[in-house]
Amino acid sequence: MGVLTYVAKRLGLYFAVLFIGLTITFLLPRLMPINPVDGYIGQLQGRANGMLSVEAIAELRANLEELYGLKGDLFSQYVNYLRRVILHFDFGPSFTYFPQQVSVMILNALPWTLGLLLTATMIAWLLGNMVGLVAGYFHKHKAASVLEFVGILLYPIPYYILAVTLLLLLAYVFPVFPLSPTFPVGQMTPEKIGMIFYNSLLPGLTLVLAGFGWNILSMKALAVATTEEPYVTYARLKGASNWTRMTRYVFRNALLPQVTALALSLGMVFNGALLTEMIFSYPGIGLIMRTAATGGDYNVLYGAITLSIIAVATAGLVIDLIYPLLDPRIRHK
Amino acid sequence: MIRLCDLKISYRIGSRVINAVDGVTLTIPDGSIVGIAGESGCGKSTLMKAIYGDIQAPMHLSGGTIEYGLKGADGRPVTPATIRREWFKSISYVPQSSMNSLNPVIRIRDQFIDFPGTDSNKKRVLERARDYIGRLGLPPEALDSYPHQLSGGMRQRVMIGLATFFQPELIIADEPTTALDVVVQKEILMLLMDLQEQMGNTILVVSHDMGVHYQVTHKMLIMYAGRVVEFGDTESVFADPQHAYTRMLIDSLPTIGDDSMRGAVASAAGAGGDRAYRVEAELIEVKPGHFVARPAARDGAPA
Amino acid sequence: MIVDTKDADPVTMVVPPAPKARASLLWLVNPRLAVGLTILGVMGLGSVVLPLFAPADPSVQASYMRNLPMSQAHWLGTNALGQDIFWFLVFAIRNSLTLGVVVAIGVTIIATIVGLSAGYIGGRFERAVMLVVDTFITIPLLPILIILGALIRGNTSFLTVGFIIIVFGWAWDARTVRSMALSLREREFINMARFSGANTLQILVREVFPYVMAYTLVGFINTILFAINLEATLAVIGLSKVEVPTLGSIIFWALNYNALFTGHHVWLVAPIVATVTLFLGLFLTSTGFNQAFASKRGVA
Repeated sequence: MGVLTYVAKRLGLYFAVLFIGLTITFLLPRLMPINPVDGYIGQLQGRANGMLSVEAIAELRANLEELYGLKGDLFSQYVNYLRRVILHFDFGPSFTYFPQQVSVMILNALPWTLGLLLTATMIAWLLGNMVGLVAGYFHKHKAASVLEFVGILLYPIPYYILAVTLLLLLAYVFPVFPLSPTFPVGQMTPEKIGMIFYNSLLPGLTLVLAGFGWNILSMKALAVATTEEPYVTYARLKGASNWTRMTRYVFRNALLPQVTALALSLGMVFNGALLTEMIFSYPGIGLIMRTAATGGDYNVLYGAITLSIIAVATAGLVIDLIYPLLDPRIRHK
Repeated sequence: MIRLCDLKISYRIGSRVINAVDGVTLTIPDGSIVGIAGESGCGKSTLMKAIYGDIQAPMHLSGGTIEYGLKGADGRPVTPATIRREWFKSISYVPQSSMNSLNPVIRIRDQFIDFPGTDSNKKRVLERARDYIGRLGLPPEALDSYPHQLSGGMRQRVMIGLATFFQPELIIADEPTTALDVVVQKEILMLLMDLQEQMGNTILVVSHDMGVHYQVTHKMLIMYAGRVVEFGDTESVFADPQHAYTRMLIDSLPTIGDDSMRGAVASAAGAGGDRAYRVEAELIEVKPGHFVARPAARDGAPA
Repeated sequence: MIVDTKDADPVTMVVPPAPKARASLLWLVNPRLAVGLTILGVMGLGSVVLPLFAPADPSVQASYMRNLPMSQAHWLGTNALGQDIFWFLVFAIRNSLTLGVVVAIGVTIIATIVGLSAGYIGGRFERAVMLVVDTFITIPLLPILIILGALIRGNTSFLTVGFIIIVFGWAWDARTVRSMALSLREREFINMARFSGANTLQILVREVFPYVMAYTLVGFINTILFAINLEATLAVIGLSKVEVPTLGSIIFWALNYNALFTGHHVWLVAPIVATVTLFLGLFLTSTGFNQAFASKRGVA
């Protein structure tokens, strides 16, 4: 019973979040002082050097409003918007790459982002937690303070600084990696895959380092607290080995709040991934967003942000659904 | 038979050294339940830790000896340095009932087999465990449960099960019934007595509750300020207490002691406390099997 | 997100063992806090005082010869836009810090109100509020900022960015405050104080406030960090008003003008060093306070 209620509640929250997120995305452009249609028309006029007739402009405006979903009153716009997005995942065409559908563009870029993000986050989480665990369990040793210090050094450094610093160090000072990485597209050959992998190492490393520090610190604090728990002391008095105590007792229990923390931090991790992509020109959602932002391609932006919300919410959902598997107190009764 | 000879256990705090156990000489006979009473800070927990062999910084054995009268797996007599290897083999421990001493995320049956005391054949151990817990008044499903699914009383039975399963010669029970309600308390105590009768081992019961001692123990040990004040058969001690402190304890049934001081280092009784109760380390036999300590010389300075 | 743990923020969880007992106000001082406050003090004071001595508005381009190396006249040299790097950096620190503090104030006020009310009132109100909070936490802030940056396109005043960060950034702290409110509700010492006859004001001042102050202070500093970070992130990708000197915009320009390729590392390295130092200062101050409060409470 406990599990079902938990899952139901969690799913409810998920859909609520998605719904509110979609609504916010819908409202966003409509609350802005600048009408994107005007902006675009302005751009076109500039390029056409005033050679557009008034009728042409009016027709263009009508078409644009259709495409943007800006026709009709607010409520019907909302309904149309919801219908389009939820049923067809349709965000309209991109402007810069007309008539390429935004959804196609996004779905092409998504695997890149997911690949980088998931891999890097998992590595950072696993490594960071293991280091933190050892540092926390053996916190009386000098070495533990050193490890904690590493965490302290890494944690406050923002993503972009890390990215730029790594770029400096590993692509400029010691030219191990290319300064402007290239990512071949199209048919995958082993050679291309190798190249992709090689060029992804630097952005990947950035993400890993960024997450690593936080994981070390939080896990260490948790491990220290958990090691003081009565059941760990009892295990010691039973004669259980250090390894058993560290893994089956301390880690299994300290893991639980860490998993929750991971779920809560997904938004920030995603931000970091986007940023890293932009700095390294990695062909994921981040890069698409950046080009779209400078080019005024609003449909792409709305599509990307909707996708971001879906991605983060879903990842959070998955993690929260995994949680009962780890904590029997939720699973039973 | 456990022999303590002028045992001294000290804590080092900053530059001060506090003798939590300050010269205890005692012989604990086999096959009996010995109760240890005294208020918080009198040194009883430290004494138990020392006997169990759980001595780590800032605590250390600063004087005296402990003879266990046991032989280890290698055939040689067990000493305080080697007693660790006997944990949950020839010596075991029942923790305070208020503590959650079971790993909340692992099934109980797995906690029967995750330490070296057990047989290397885990399956066999589990089968025997399943048979065994029935005798403790636990349903067979208890082994497959998680700790939070059992009540406090059931959990304490599990702890007793764990402690007695390997038939140790000595069991130390530290406040085994505190925080249990009265009915469950009685059941647990009866269980302990039954098991002791069946196995013929020695159980040391630490409690600040004199009522517990009266119900369960064969012999009583009263401690104050790190020293033994009185020791003898329970009946004798309760009927004819020789020391003023003992009398005070018995008079203030059912419970005495300030629980908020629980866990405080000996400073409470050792470095302060009512000087009228301080004693010398030596015990005098006033009646057959009934020992008492002399009041400390003059201004309470321990001899 | 339904399973409520005390706090996911490692800053509030990094509680190292307390140092030896100290007397009177010295409990506040520990090495971390000292170092952190020193860094912040120097940078903060510098960013407020120094601009008074600035020879010119450092954001004006072509004030000087381009790409001059470090010298007496130009402590960090000049950049490809003809701006003095050192003065630009000083103003940048000032602007970033100002933004950080303004946002932190806004966020703390909103988060405290929302969190406390949710925690104390409970019931349906709490659930509804937490739903909103969780939504805001889930929505990744960067894409929103990107869109807004694109829409408003550098016509934003620098503080509009701050405003937007407040609007979307209060959620995390609200969650923390609510957890605090929940645990306070259950705390024995509040009831004990009440029963012992202390009036509400006394309780608030002597029991509630010290407990809350710790978290609020720590949260405040963390938010400064967060805000500066976010604004700089936006600037680095060129979506805020990059003419205004901030830590992020320096990096933006340096990257844009390929400072790496052209060998003008100072332009890029200086803001990196400044940013890292500033963040380290904020972080150390934050954990320093945390450690001090924890050891005072006797928790560590």
